[in-house]
Amino acid sequence: MDLDFFSAILSATIRTGTPLLLVALGEMLVEKSGVLNLGQEGMLLIGAVAGFIAASQSDSLVLGFMAAIAGGIGMAFIFAIVTLFLNANQIATGLALTIFGVGLSAFLGADYEGKTIAGLTKTPIPLLSDIPFIGALFFDHDVIVYVSWTLFIGMWLLFKKSTLGLNIRAVGENPDAANAIGINVIPLRFALVLVGGALAGLAGGYLSLVYTPLWTEDMSAGRGWIALAIVVFASWKATRVLLGAYLFGFASILHLAAQGMGVNLSANLLAMLPYVATIVVLVILSRNKLKLQLSEPLALAKPWRKE
Amino acid sequence: MMTLAKRQQPSHFWVYLSPLLAIALTLATGSLLFALLDVDPLHALTTFFITPLSDTFGVGELLIKSTPILLCALGLSLCYRAGIWNIGAEGQLIAGSISTTLIALAFIDSNTGFSLPLALLAGMLGGAVFAGIAALLKYQFNTNEILTTIMLNYIAYHLLQWGVHGPLRDPNGFNFPESALFDANTILPILLDGTRAHLGVLFTPIVLVLTWVLLSKSFAGFQIETLGLSPLSARMAGFSSKKIGYSVFLLSGALAGLAGAIEVTGPIGQLVPQVSPGYGFAAIIVAFLGRLHPVGIMLAGLLMGLIHLGGELVQLELGLPKSITGIFQGLLLFYLLSCDVFIQYRLTTQPGGLLHPKKTQKVT
Amino acid sequence: MKIITSFLLFFSLLPLAMADKKPKPLEVGFVYVSPTGEAGWTHTHDLGRQHIEKVFGNTIKTRYVESVKEGADAERVIMQMAKGGADLIFSTSFGFMNPTLKVAKRFPKVTFMHATGYKRAKNVSTYFDRIYEARYLSGVIAGHMSKSGISGYVAAFPIPEVIRGINAYTLGFRSVNPKGKIKVVWMNSWFDPAKEREAAESLIRQGADVIAQHTDSPGPVQGAEAAGVYAIGYHSDMSVYGKKAHLTSPVHNWNGFYEDTVNQVLKGTWKSTDTWEGYSANMTTLAPFNPAIPQSVINQVKQLEAQIKAKTLHPFTGPITSNKGKILAKKGQVIPDEELRKMQVYVEGVEGELPN
Repeated sequence: MDLDFFSAILSATIRTGTPLLLVALGEMLVEKSGVLNLGQEGMLLIGAVAGFIAASQSDSLVLGFMAAIAGGIGMAFIFAIVTLFLNANQIATGLALTIFGVGLSAFLGADYEGKTIAGLTKTPIPLLSDIPFIGALFFDHDVIVYVSWTLFIGMWLLFKKSTLGLNIRAVGENPDAANAIGINVIPLRFALVLVGGALAGLAGGYLSLVYTPLWTEDMSAGRGWIALAIVVFASWKATRVLLGAYLFGFASILHLAAQGMGVNLSANLLAMLPYVATIVVLVILSRNKLKLQLSEPLALAKPWRKE
Repeated sequence: MMTLAKRQQPSHFWVYLSPLLAIALTLATGSLLFALLDVDPLHALTTFFITPLSDTFGVGELLIKSTPILLCALGLSLCYRAGIWNIGAEGQLIAGSISTTLIALAFIDSNTGFSLPLALLAGMLGGAVFAGIAALLKYQFNTNEILTTIMLNYIAYHLLQWGVHGPLRDPNGFNFPESALFDANTILPILLDGTRAHLGVLFTPIVLVLTWVLLSKSFAGFQIETLGLSPLSARMAGFSSKKIGYSVFLLSGALAGLAGAIEVTGPIGQLVPQVSPGYGFAAIIVAFLGRLHPVGIMLAGLLMGLIHLGGELVQLELGLPKSITGIFQGLLLFYLLSCDVFIQYRLTTQPGGLLHPKKTQKVT
Repeated sequence: MKIITSFLLFFSLLPLAMADKKPKPLEVGFVYVSPTGEAGWTHTHDLGRQHIEKVFGNTIKTRYVESVKEGADAERVIMQMAKGGADLIFSTSFGFMNPTLKVAKRFPKVTFMHATGYKRAKNVSTYFDRIYEARYLSGVIAGHMSKSGISGYVAAFPIPEVIRGINAYTLGFRSVNPKGKIKVVWMNSWFDPAKEREAAESLIRQGADVIAQHTDSPGPVQGAEAAGVYAIGYHSDMSVYGKKAHLTSPVHNWNGFYEDTVNQVLKGTWKSTDTWEGYSANMTTLAPFNPAIPQSVINQVKQLEAQIKAKTLHPFTGPITSNKGKILAKKGQVIPDEELRKMQVYVEGVEGELPN
């Protein structure tokens, strides 16, 4: 296996992993504050369809991405109102959001089904992209990949260095205590849910405007659910979310590459592996109470109201 | 400024009013949607909600459609009442359909009356074992069951795909991904001529009554309730949370597995890649819509099934897109989950300010 | 009150509408597995539906249901159609085979047409096109256009239909590019645009400079376009997804067949049968060619096309050996239809082994 081939596989991994990374970063942020939004798949699809419609109506990819993000936020807004203000069960609401999003996106996109547009192309960074191996790997991608890395760094700094990060963790671990020290639990969670929606919407836009520039029903093909697994697999740490997204991305193209080399692996059994791995990680993490406390947001999915 | 204030006691009035209000809001939004699509809203709503039930065939279809959802939801309600967040009914249903298929295929040529009950039992066992994995992970390794059951759903799905594309494939089926058709002995008999309603739809009322008795009339139900409301009191009362946890996990898994078994031995008659169009997920929503009460669950499950049938009919009769189904289901859920807030809370206008005199207005 | 009045009005008018005395048009229903969209399998069937609507005007009435899940729901949808007065129903996905047969048993007077299946009944016919003929021709084009001599093939499931297509493509490819190699990637799904694109790109990395596909999404064509190599689409003309990359696509054409079927039902001459026809019955064709294809190649393809149409050329004419060296057909011998229907072997030139 020569170096070029290796770097080509790695950059394919980055492309496959990017939508996963975006959704997973958003979901991690939300879960850190103790909220579980199972509506990722619905937000992704609304982001994809909104982005596609806007881009094909306006001929502007920038507007497309803005619409994708807005679509994600709109869906997250419904979730936030119903769970945070009206105190409904997060799991049921999240699932309802997915059902709603799948239906609404198919409905809105009916006239665009199978249509295509000129998608976003690569933006190699001058000079840097000419460095052998490293150039192709890090500096020869589309803008959204760079955006996803920036978001990752932001997320890492947020939880490593900032008070806001500490507050989010406090809210996710013990909202009562957080409230007692003067953190506004509900507004904070509300804002984070919206940010999570924005990231899911952006990921949807990535699918319909960059990865495969077209709109078709259900085009997210379960990526929202994979992102949920990644967050757990990563034990709620930004660096591991990055690694996890690429690892899951790699796993999904591994059998393609292997087949081309004449190795026949069962695609279905392989597809199972990431989920088994996630359970294993969860087991290792959960056996040690202290370790668990340090990573899993203990208030996850528990409704909370200021009394 | 309107704000919510906690009630002293949950409002009985709103317990019944909230679903009606949610349905009214859904119908109103639906009418608007139909009007936007240039369809007479009344005609569309009639086609959606009434035409599906205009004959026995339709009623049979409603029962068939809601049976798997209801069986899963009833099982899940046991878990949820105990404060255990099993969201793995989808995976447990699939596991049940696979184990049922194993038995059905083993008995494909033998002319025996045992094969059907055996296949159904195998389905329950398969579902229970699959739920048991999550229980084991929870109680031996302290893992969060919400997360493990999500993962197990996907493992079950890929296991099913592997099975129908591999070892369970019909040997005479030209490699198409589906199992052989089951023998007539392993198919649930039809109850009423002219419908597809099979013996399996009778399981739901039985399970419904049993769940109700278990929850409201038995000591075990009291234990489940106590554990759910306060794990601490449960421990003080000497209840083993582990024992209760395992029991509800296994029970709900067995019911989901039964749902899977009924699907493959009933309307489908073989194992196919799409055994479940998300029944296990729909069941979670139905369980909450029904407020974890057997009767509520029954109503919610029937309504979800009806919306599905209605969605098919408006496409068939009025040429409207089928995606309306998802929109209707989503709307209903959001409205109901939102309206339910009034059971525990009431709207008040915040005191202070010129427009809002300093008195709390009670809105019940 | 107003609602109740209009409600009653609606039901009281219902019998009036039913008592209409005009001759009842033939009702033709279509059950689709995916949205009709702009391209793809279902799109080609919907073109057929629009065609018969145009041809027969008021003598028939068509309706369709799209995105019907293959499972317990399919039987109900088909049944609703039959109950709702359909006289002729086309169910156009393999997963509808058993549901169609079950409904047909209950509605002996309704005529059912099931695409791609292998089970028939007194009132159920099966039909499919010999798309492998067009695949063979697309292989000839690809063989000419490929510089590396390696072509990639993004395939859905290892069922005989798909394997037959890979083999026909390979035979066509190697008829003009004798050392050509075909690399196959199995998706285990019919539709996942992003993953299919990824598969195409992984094949391109392994040297493929023409990507063919037997899946439903435009992902592979888009992948080829982005990588600057050629692509062969499938089902319908996929040139919009890759203006430079798209050479042509093997295309289904159901128009004439659906017209004939409706005619037979109208005249009462319809009989249960299995139809498997290609160029000779105009059920299979190629999408318009990419201008990059040299005229000499187009001439050759046109010539071969005429031979296939006249049934003087069969793509599966020997000598054909498997990629393990087993002789499948001796020189001049044609692999018979029964063998083609259950094909489970790669011809020489396809790399790797069939998954089982």
